[in-house]
Amino acid sequence: MRKISLIQMRENRKVKVSGISGGRILQHKMMSMGIYPGREIMKLSHFALRGPVAVRVGRSVLALGHGVAAKIIVEIE
Amino acid sequence: MMEKIFLLGNPNVGKSVVFSRLTGVHVIASNYPGTTVAITKGYLKIGEEKIEVIDLPGTYSLESTSNAEEAAVSSLKECPKDKSAVINILDATNLERNLFLTLQLIEEGFSVIVCLNMWDDTAHRGVHIDAEKLEELLGVPVISTCAVTGVGIKLLIERIKEAHPNPKNKLTHEARWQEIGKVVETVQRLTHRHHTLREILEDASVKPLSGLLMSCITIYISFKIVRFLGELLINKIFDPLFFDLYLPLLERLSLALGQKGFIHHLLIGELINGKIDFKQSLGVLTTAPYIEFAMVLPYIVSFYFILSLLEDIGYLPRLAILLDNLLHRLGLHGYAIIPVLLGFGCNVPGILSTRVLESKRERFIASTLISISVPCVPLQAMIFGLLGNFGGFYVVGVYLVLFSILVVLGIILNRVLPGYSPELLIEIPPYRFPPLLILGKKLYFRIKGFLIEAAPIVLLGVLAINILLYFRLLDFVTGVFAPVIQGLFGLPKEAAIALVIGFLRKDVAVGMLMPLALSAKQLFIAVTLLAISFPCIATFVVLLKELGLKYLIKATLIMIAVSIVVGSILNFVILR
Repeated sequence: MRKISLIQMRENRKVKVSGISGGRILQHKMMSMGIYPGREIMKLSHFALRGPVAVRVGRSVLALGHGVAAKIIVEIE
Repeated sequence: MMEKIFLLGNPNVGKSVVFSRLTGVHVIASNYPGTTVAITKGYLKIGEEKIEVIDLPGTYSLESTSNAEEAAVSSLKECPKDKSAVINILDATNLERNLFLTLQLIEEGFSVIVCLNMWDDTAHRGVHIDAEKLEELLGVPVISTCAVTGVGIKLLIERIKEAHPNPKNKLTHEARWQEIGKVVETVQRLTHRHHTLREILEDASVKPLSGLLMSCITIYISFKIVRFLGELLINKIFDPLFFDLYLPLLERLSLALGQKGFIHHLLIGELINGKIDFKQSLGVLTTAPYIEFAMVLPYIVSFYFILSLLEDIGYLPRLAILLDNLLHRLGLHGYAIIPVLLGFGCNVPGILSTRVLESKRERFIASTLISISVPCVPLQAMIFGLLGNFGGFYVVGVYLVLFSILVVLGIILNRVLPGYSPELLIEIPPYRFPPLLILGKKLYFRIKGFLIEAAPIVLLGVLAINILLYFRLLDFVTGVFAPVIQGLFGLPKEAAIALVIGFLRKDVAVGMLMPLALSAKQLFIAVTLLAISFPCIATFVVLLKELGLKYLIKATLIMIAVSIVVGSILNFVILR
């Protein structure tokens, strides 16, 4: 098992969130939107040139700016 | 004794629709997070009691992370808990995420009643919820509703009195999510289905290639419909009304007034070749209503029809993903596209909705860019109506100039202003299809809003201008501005009057240009300057309220600088 950031992983894959490396406010916001350690999420798309990332969390789709996505650490096999 | 009812829930769960149902007060509701940026109040009568109902901006938790959330949470916490009830509105198709706030509210000891909204949508999406079981587990009343159609609202009102505090131990965020997992496991059953077309289109719109393609098609079709519908209304309804019904009346009035004199000048204006010309006479009864009703109103109708449709379907936030990269370079993030699009209708709601952006820096950049390079519908309608006569090339040109200003000015502001721009972090709503009645109602309120704001200003404005012109009181203004207007921008000095009137309303200002017989180049420069120089007075007031005096002065200086630079460049370099 390896830990990588959300922007490093390929699209259309499901992974488990391992942690959020940002500050307290960001962690908190993510937490209340449903992204927390242990949560399974699926990366839907990734826009070129340091663009945003779309992920499916439970039944919702979230759009994350590149900088935010970079702070989400996920576990892959 | 209950005094206040707060409506609280995650963004985009339909709080505003529930609010309208409870109070009868119409508020704009759309299918994207952040439609409600201010607190709205209304009243609900239960028996003899009149209870205040407060619609709050959406929030994911009780610890606020943005201005709008801050407003929601602080006003809730100010009211004593024993005198208030909270209707916690949930999107039933997304139970798990929504329960985070619900559990927090219950833990904090608020008198909560849970409203499972969008209940009608659950079956289509293969979601089955046992509401009774949920009520048992949460220990507070749970009512399933569909606010758009009104189903369940009556029951919700009946059971509001049952809301009571049921405080529990405060959990950590992780523990709360675990608790939610257990609750959802018990009450929710998901049936597996094949992907529907709707879901395929939802996913396609957030991917780079298919998303870009879809946005191009959507914008192209929207634009075509706005033009088609606008022209249809003009040609089939408003022009016939004005020319066949109204004009004969005016002609008689003109004759009765002796075709000249002060009163004739005020009401009818100048006769052009011995006839009344709706576009050039400039009378309170001729040009003023013609501009407002036959040139601008048709496009207000068609623009807001399409905007309301796209809002309710839930397409707009998808543009945020596609444009995030570009907007990031302007010191904003993708979601700034929402205020920009609203600004295309009217700058006032556009600037108000910059509250969806987190920082003051972003709000200043977005507000300044909107007031400079986003033309409102009245101005656009006039640009099409006037400049369109010289060919579509010039119209496209104006938009290209405005877009270039937006990008260049945005990049400069992002470099110069201290601070950094926050990142995009929003929820993309599913597509929904609003009943036509709801759409019609929203359109009706927007058109009514336009008429109430515009009609008096236009009529009084033209009246005032006519008095000033008659007594030649504006000669001073044209004299003072003549060097800049003639020397730098290559316009006749009378165009100064139009630019000053642009302060009042943009459509009337363009109307003032009509009798000047400008060349294509002059008209191009004049309308571009009208767009970028000063926003109208209503926008100024909103800028002052939203940004404060210091930032308003900064924004105004930027506007003056941009106008002078762009006007001169257009005159001396591009259109030589």
